[in-house]
Amino acid sequence: MSQIVLEMSGICKRFGATRALDQVQLQARSHEILALMGENGAGKSTLMKVLSGVYQPDAGEIRLGGEAIRVHSPLDARKAGINLIYQELSVAPHMTVAQNVFMGSEPRGSFGRVDRKAMRERTQAVLDSLGARFGPDDLAGSLCIADQQQVEIARSLIHKSRVLIMDEPTAALSDRETERLFEVIRKLRADGIAIIYISHRMAEMSELADRVTVMRDGGYVGTLERSEADPERVIQMMVGRPLGDFYQHKSGRTPGAVRLEVRHLHSRKIRDASFAIHSGEVLGLAGLVGAGRTELARLIFGADRALGGEILIDGEPVTIREPLDAIKRGIAYVPEDRKGQGLFLQLSALANTSMNVLAQNARGGVLQHKALKKLTEDAIKQLAVKVPGPDGIVGGLSGGNQQKLLLARWLAIKPRVLILDEPTRGVDIGAKSEIYRIIHELAMSGVAVICISSELPEVIGICDRVLVMREGRISGEVSGAAVSQEAIMALAIHDAAAQTH
Amino acid sequence: MNQLFARLGLIRAAVPDAAALPAIAQENAMPSLTVRDVFNKVGMLPVLILMYIAFYFLTRYFSEDGVSNFMTMANSMNILRQTSINLVLACGMTFVILTAGIDLSVGSVLAVAAVLGMMASLPEHFPYLALPVFLIAGLLMGMLNGVMVAGFKINPFVVTLGTMTALRGAAYLFADGTTILNRDIPSFEWLGNGDFLGIPWLIWIAAAVVLISWFILRHTVLGLHLYAVGGNPQAARLTGIKVGAVLMFAYSISGLFAGVGGAMSASRLYGANGNWGSGYELDAIAAVVLGGTSLMGGVGTIWGTVIGALIIGVLNNGLTILGLSSFWQYVAKGIVIVLAVMLDKWRQQQATTN
Repeated sequence: MSQIVLEMSGICKRFGATRALDQVQLQARSHEILALMGENGAGKSTLMKVLSGVYQPDAGEIRLGGEAIRVHSPLDARKAGINLIYQELSVAPHMTVAQNVFMGSEPRGSFGRVDRKAMRERTQAVLDSLGARFGPDDLAGSLCIADQQQVEIARSLIHKSRVLIMDEPTAALSDRETERLFEVIRKLRADGIAIIYISHRMAEMSELADRVTVMRDGGYVGTLERSEADPERVIQMMVGRPLGDFYQHKSGRTPGAVRLEVRHLHSRKIRDASFAIHSGEVLGLAGLVGAGRTELARLIFGADRALGGEILIDGEPVTIREPLDAIKRGIAYVPEDRKGQGLFLQLSALANTSMNVLAQNARGGVLQHKALKKLTEDAIKQLAVKVPGPDGIVGGLSGGNQQKLLLARWLAIKPRVLILDEPTRGVDIGAKSEIYRIIHELAMSGVAVICISSELPEVIGICDRVLVMREGRISGEVSGAAVSQEAIMALAIHDAAAQTH
Repeated sequence: MNQLFARLGLIRAAVPDAAALPAIAQENAMPSLTVRDVFNKVGMLPVLILMYIAFYFLTRYFSEDGVSNFMTMANSMNILRQTSINLVLACGMTFVILTAGIDLSVGSVLAVAAVLGMMASLPEHFPYLALPVFLIAGLLMGMLNGVMVAGFKINPFVVTLGTMTALRGAAYLFADGTTILNRDIPSFEWLGNGDFLGIPWLIWIAAAVVLISWFILRHTVLGLHLYAVGGNPQAARLTGIKVGAVLMFAYSISGLFAGVGGAMSASRLYGANGNWGSGYELDAIAAVVLGGTSLMGGVGTIWGTVIGALIIGVLNNGLTILGLSSFWQYVAKGIVIVLAVMLDKWRQQQATTN
């Protein structure tokens, strides 16, 4: 009953001298989820932009339902029933769900009026079919990210989707939200829609995909049926070489003295947080999205104002009112939202890596370009960043390389405490494993590392001890052999009291 | 079966092509990349040069005796002198626009500074303190903008729209509705009328302002912080940059440079009134934007602003020599600004997508 809906063959696309796509092929079938896998920069997103009319291919053919089509614009694609849901959501926060769903194609009543009633009813119907927990009149901006994503899915369903492309849809979701999204995706598959699912995460591929197509360096590597697609093999196809033990980066560490202690720290969102972290320790901060992990990190770093509580570094009480105070004390914070809060995308690698140590590399406020250049080149070499040189503009780099440069900026201050917020989000597998290696090496050299992560295998793999947060408070701690996905999830969802056996 | 053969044929045909591709790509890549790099570096310079040459031929064609003075040393000096005040204001504006702000008040600040400085120069006041008065008045007004933008976090467009209007009124009030004239200004007469090494001081001052601005933006910690704050204020804060102080600096230096402009124009004309410098803010913004500085902040150079200011200067001068009425000059200037920025946008798109 599954038929070929979409067939792309021989797709080539080049930008100037670089070949972004070379003879790429892909087949999507109805009643099927096709996982499109590949490292960042492999060409997945470019291929999907060709399919959805954002780019025009230089060569190749797209067939929809057996008929060759040309997709000149995203509107063409939408008319043909091809919908793309981007990694970055594009809902208008100040408009209602119904207005968002029908944006650009509002149903018309008499006199060209917008037919609000039809709009609401049809939205409600689609939301029901998705099992959404919000209504058509809710403001899109008031919804959590997972729900906003459903708004986008609803938008594509209104347009009678035949092919639905989802670009890393779980990047910003917690595990529970991911589970709900998967249910929706399976439902859509049952309705006969051909789904192309782009992801880095091996677990998602195993759980969802009926077939897997792998790309590498702009080329087509191969397609595997579900039965043949074991993670090991897919990773090998993605990187072109086998990877060693992926998460295993914590052997041989012995935590030292207490480096950072937080006592009764609280704000409007964080309730009475107390914990300590030792030098040379990697402490995980787990919990659902919205549990207050980022907020706690921002409090410690001085990015938000605390209402009370104490912070001690190496046993000494410190006052942190703003990020600069924290930086002076050797606390570094690498934010989750790399592009929005971390990088200066329009500036060079040099500016981005040296931004925190400009004063140390200047005399009387005058920059010493040579020293900065050397510092940047060293960082690029040490972290194996792929960038044309210190003057390369950061906005054009892949997620993994951007993250490494951001990390380099914070390593430059020689931190005593390093807080990493979702350090591997949107980062390809190769860079991920390198980031784990860097974290391990930092801990070995005595840095206290706090790692916020929604990826449980990551937390378990790299952390010595895990604090779990729920609704603004630390609901429990697991360490040593007790660290498991189940234990963490239990603390993240249930009350801590009910949990202690 | 046929289909299969056809496919095999296709694939076979495609393989040599694909194999040949890298070689071709590399051959093309080297020269086209460098040309593009150069084009990226020079920015709007070609537009300036083309315009300069075009005006030469136009003025020659339309002159009665077939001779044009447009390219002479004297006229080129003229263009530079006429551009100098706008360039000084545009340098200040570059700082502000780099932080994703705008300073609409520079024309009015120039007027207030010019009026106050001229008043100080009157014999019954402090003639020898006139120069510092121009500068300090400008600086203080710039700081006023800075306090409201950085301290009270009010939108810069609104703040400077307010100060533009209020300070314009203040300039008229200080001058009491008249023009303050003073032919006897030994302490700063040189500024608008003297020469140094055969080049007017106006041009030297503008060059000095450009150099100072370039040095700050290119060679100081503060300069990099300006780009950072303009490009991503949130990230700047999380990096420990004092965003407020950086904004404060941008608006203060814009005010200071407007004060310098006030001194230049007051000296040149031996007088000042409430109407001085009205509309200058638009020429300054136009010069910055023509120079490729992004109104979104974080992208731009002083070098670009110099070229932008010169484009406007050449345009004004050329159109005047052609004898075009000032009404048509406005039209022409507006069209050139929009066309040039469209060109620049296209150029940047080429640079980023390729």
